Amino acid sequence: MPEHSPEHPGNQAPGSNYFPSGDFLESPNLATELTQIADVDAYNLEALHNLDPDQVPEDAVKKRLGWTFWIAAAWIFLIVALALLAPLLEKLGMPDPTQPVCTSRDCSLQPPLSGYGLMGTDKLRRDIFARVIWGARVSILVGVAAVIFGIFFGSIIGIIAGFFKGKVQTVLMGAMDVLLAFPALLLAMSIVTFLDDKSVKTIVLAIGIVAIPPVARLVRASTLVFAEREFVLAARTLGASNGRVITKEILPNAVLPIVSFGIIGVAVAIVAEGALAFLGLSIPPPDPTWGSMINEGRATLETAPWVTLMPCLVLFLTVLSLNLAGDRLREYFDIREGAL
Amino acid sequence: MAFIWRKLLQLVIVLLCVTFFSFFMLTLLPGNLADTLCGIGCTQEQRDQKVEELRLNDPVYIRYADWLGNVARGDFGRSGRTQQDISEALTERIPVTAELVIYSQLLALGIAIPIAVVAARRAGGVFDRVSTTTAFGFLAAPPFVVAPVLVLIFAVNLKWFPATGYTPFLENPLDNLRTFFLPALTLALAEMAVYMRLLRTDLISTLQEDYITMAKAKGIPPKRILWKHAFRPSTFSLVTVAGLNMGRLIGGAFVVEVIFSLNGLGKYIVDGILGRDYLAVQAGVVVVAFAYVLINFGVDLLYAVLDPRIRHARALA
Repeated sequence: MPEHSPEHPGNQAPGSNYFPSGDFLESPNLATELTQIADVDAYNLEALHNLDPDQVPEDAVKKRLGWTFWIAAAWIFLIVALALLAPLLEKLGMPDPTQPVCTSRDCSLQPPLSGYGLMGTDKLRRDIFARVIWGARVSILVGVAAVIFGIFFGSIIGIIAGFFKGKVQTVLMGAMDVLLAFPALLLAMSIVTFLDDKSVKTIVLAIGIVAIPPVARLVRASTLVFAEREFVLAARTLGASNGRVITKEILPNAVLPIVSFGIIGVAVAIVAEGALAFLGLSIPPPDPTWGSMINEGRATLETAPWVTLMPCLVLFLTVLSLNLAGDRLREYFDIREGAL
Repeated sequence: MAFIWRKLLQLVIVLLCVTFFSFFMLTLLPGNLADTLCGIGCTQEQRDQKVEELRLNDPVYIRYADWLGNVARGDFGRSGRTQQDISEALTERIPVTAELVIYSQLLALGIAIPIAVVAARRAGGVFDRVSTTTAFGFLAAPPFVVAPVLVLIFAVNLKWFPATGYTPFLENPLDNLRTFFLPALTLALAEMAVYMRLLRTDLISTLQEDYITMAKAKGIPPKRILWKHAFRPSTFSLVTVAGLNMGRLIGGAFVVEVIFSLNGLGKYIVDGILGRDYLAVQAGVVVVAFAYVLINFGVDLLYAVLDPRIRHARALA
């Protein structure tokens, strides 16, 4: 196989061997390979590609997560903690996110740190900090739940397709191709619209469904590789059933790489929820979500930019931290090494 | 040839599935479809007329075949909200979205290619690190976060570009490019980051190939090696991803069109959703999904043309 092998990433003929099997994990172009899968999909997994050969020296003495990882982890921890503790914070004096902080007109659109809370107030005199914290609950809940949903069903489909191959694979991966034939945001929007329900459950379902195909593709690819490995053959020789080979031998190996993608997946899901909320297709007002806060603030962008910029900043830092942490973790648990 | 036929067959199957999905979505709506489509304050007569018009008493597959026939003739029916002919509305809006997508794509590639080439030339150098880090930052900024910031800087403070408004290209090309600049840049920033990283990685790996060492040994100047020898073979993934992103950008364009009040396809669909104009939404979804699939198909073929190895590998298989 030539070193630079631009295997084709588009809508593959179902059943065609998308990955140069066997060479997949050893391929020096793993980064490119993964980018291609990612880009076909809703996931912005390109964010992962620090796997350039020149950046991951073969003789790396000691891998370190680095200080950027710890800063990112600290931010994620802070946001998650604040989100979890929101009801407690409210008892300790944080204003209600849906109620005005005062009755007079003067406290509408106050800038940050002006005596009206850490992040100021919005047009309806509500405390922006409190809204951002309560919004974090929605974002994180939807992000994590949608990714778990996607990984769960995607892994099942991917493993079955990769293990049984043949017609099963053609049908399953064909179905994935059809799902991928819709732009991700459009598909999520359509699901929310046509189920005509804006509860957390529906949003998770909408984003989770969009997350299935990329996971299925990735798991199928690594299943194809692992199914031919000697330990699978050994298990078979010992008389293991298909079910046992799948659950005990292949599953732990094939799904592991997915877990580090999960963190970045959460970032993508948070962005997706933000976009839906921005378009008015997530949890309805007055309950705050980051996307709807950014949207509401646009009306006063000129006079009170902080109303929009505060949730923008928090969303940006959270997504950046998740990308960074996922990226570092992936490098740390280099899947190429794990495979050998 | 076998490769093209197989791709064509696949295209037809995917298109059938996609159209069926889009059609079927309407039936997911809770409650009785005729009531929902007829709206509030609908008389029994109007409702019966609606049932007749949409042939709701027929089984799904007959309705699908029927609907597909209408769609093939460009007949999507009338909007429930504005009573405007849906295909007419769509034809007005497609050029806006198309221009937005192409403009942002050109901006993204125009910025990404030179940066990636310079960064790859000295991988690990200062420029490389700064640009890679910046790109990483842009990846974390979705359009609905970037847009308010850009509007604040370029429209509100500097007043260089308008925040809203649209001039058709044929009326005044310069004005058109100016009004489209902020929306296109919003979409372009994240794409740019993706392209930059992708091209940089591929260039670095191409630069390690033997024929590059050979070229160096022959004393060809580095600049020439970079652009004439290494660039083209490194652009395969870039071309593919850029092509596939055209489709994704149509999705991303939704948010941008809403923010900058551009009357494109995305805004049409979003307005339809908010106005519960389900037939219009359905039509929009079909058109976008159709375009997306066709673009992907085009990229597939283009890819085979660009890289003979794909063609031959498929022919042998």
